[in-house]
Amino acid sequence: MATVEAARPLATTAPGGRRLQRFVTTSILPRIVLIFGCLVFIAPFYWMVITALKSTAESVAFPPTLIPQAWAWQNFIDAVNFIPFGLYALNSLTITLGATIGAVLSNTLIAYGFSRIRWPGRNKIFYLCVATIFLPYPVVLVALFDIFSKLPSFGIQGGSSWVNTFLPLIVPAFFGNPFYIFLMRQFMMGIPRELSDAAKVDGASELQSFWHVILPLTKPAVTVIAILAAVAAWNEFLLPLLYLQENEKYPLAVGLAFFTSEHDVAFNLLMAAATLIVLPVIVIFILAQRYFIEGITVGGVKG
Amino acid sequence: MTAAAPAAPRRSSRFALGKVERRNLRWGLLFISPWLIGFLIFGILPILYTFYLSLTRYSGLADPDFIGVQNYGRMVGDPLFWKAASVTLYYTLLAVPLGVVVSMVLAMAMNQKVREVTLYRAIFYLPSILPVFAISFVFVVFLNPGYGLVNWLLTAAGLPSPNWLGDPNYTVISLVMIAQLGAGQWALVFLAGLRGIPTELYESAEIDGAGAWRKFKSITLPLMTPVILYDIIIGLSFGLQVFTSAYILTGGGSRGAAGPDNSLLTFVYYVYKQAFQFGAMGYAATLSVVLFIASLVLAGAVFRWARGWVFYAGEEA
Repeated sequence: MATVEAARPLATTAPGGRRLQRFVTTSILPRIVLIFGCLVFIAPFYWMVITALKSTAESVAFPPTLIPQAWAWQNFIDAVNFIPFGLYALNSLTITLGATIGAVLSNTLIAYGFSRIRWPGRNKIFYLCVATIFLPYPVVLVALFDIFSKLPSFGIQGGSSWVNTFLPLIVPAFFGNPFYIFLMRQFMMGIPRELSDAAKVDGASELQSFWHVILPLTKPAVTVIAILAAVAAWNEFLLPLLYLQENEKYPLAVGLAFFTSEHDVAFNLLMAAATLIVLPVIVIFILAQRYFIEGITVGGVKG
Repeated sequence: MTAAAPAAPRRSSRFALGKVERRNLRWGLLFISPWLIGFLIFGILPILYTFYLSLTRYSGLADPDFIGVQNYGRMVGDPLFWKAASVTLYYTLLAVPLGVVVSMVLAMAMNQKVREVTLYRAIFYLPSILPVFAISFVFVVFLNPGYGLVNWLLTAAGLPSPNWLGDPNYTVISLVMIAQLGAGQWALVFLAGLRGIPTELYESAEIDGAGAWRKFKSITLPLMTPVILYDIIIGLSFGLQVFTSAYILTGGGSRGAAGPDNSLLTFVYYVYKQAFQFGAMGYAATLSVVLFIASLVLAGAVFRWARGWVFYAGEEA
């Protein structure tokens, strides 16, 4: 890095004209860009909520109204009743919960093995693990489907194989995810070594040291992983589309897609359903904004 | 912080492990065993199996029937394969560079003296964690020529009002728009990168009389190239996988064309149709092999190309 000559005065003595110009370029111009950007990013969601609150006739009126003439809050109740929303939401919740538990359990264990124990070849295997982030997972869709269709489900959800059960959506989460492993390992590397050493002197095994010493210290990182994994499971579309074949088992993602392709769902009810689906994610984001941002800045440091 | 663990030169041969090391190796492997097992079962095994299936005729019911490279011959003569490949490449070539520019502009604006930056951060980031399937439903309404906001605005501004989802020239543009809602996530990654650039660099450039453009070109851009490369690589990988938005915009389930003139038949969508709508698992595996190789080749090409422009600090110090 370039070293700076300390003695040089900073350019604070610029004449008034330049100061004005600087004010425009560092304060006014960026705000114009940012506010315009915000309007563009918000517009689709504004339209979603506004359409959800229009009467059916108004939602297909031409030209469209920018604000509902009458606020049809009833649409949310109608949407939930017309689309089997509660059933789909329950399935979504079950899958999300299972996948989140799997992600938290597996990634903390794996990251511990990659960060708190020194063993020969550790870093090489870790790099291999991280490299798999770049594997496009649709490549294995067909083969994995065929493999899962041959695995016995032992009667879970009445299936004879893993197909048409939640198993393919939940079980893989128990085997770690390279991105979460990376995140958790970064975090665990920052915990002083002396803590584990002290525990070992006291005769703790690796499992005890993991459970009693390290895990309690990683709560922030566990929260990040739990949140990211839960949101990812809630948002997942392709896997439930492939594996689930009965209306009773659909999560919201697939349920809504099939329901709209089989029934005529009016735009206002469709948007009411969409609003209800994105709402939990928005609420979680507002409550846990810090953890999302942490997830990004750790994950995105170096290419 | 990043100091590597000191090498342990105590042992004479790399195979003769001490008692502690052997114990550590056992525990280390035990702890990472979920990943190792998952990598074998959900990674290596299905990839090998995909290669095998690509050489068979297989409906998923009867046993696979080995037919050599016939599927590959069929693919070369399959106009829908070429259609799907071109739709996906066209989409990726539009979405990825545009995403880099949008994220960069937002990040640079957020890096200025704007005190309410946390508000912008939240607004830009939030759409990137919302479900793509729900956003796609929203875009069906948002882009509707009659009832959507976009065409209302275009008409009000006296601009032409395209039929986004009905005109094959505009359908991919709609997908690209949906993808841009994920740009906020990258804007935050870029912002973290921008904040890491030492301000001394800009100060000394200013003393040397450099203007805004010069500073951007000679300091900001070179120091951001590693992050830009990271964005391009991930964007490329995701771009080649695009499926959900295309599926929803075309009304999914139907066995007909994927959008007007198959203009939304992305590659993964075609794999899905062959495997799960037409029951051609063997041929779908062939397409998967091509996607796998294309992803590797394109990523390799980007890395090679990047050697010419990525700047790593320390390289020229």
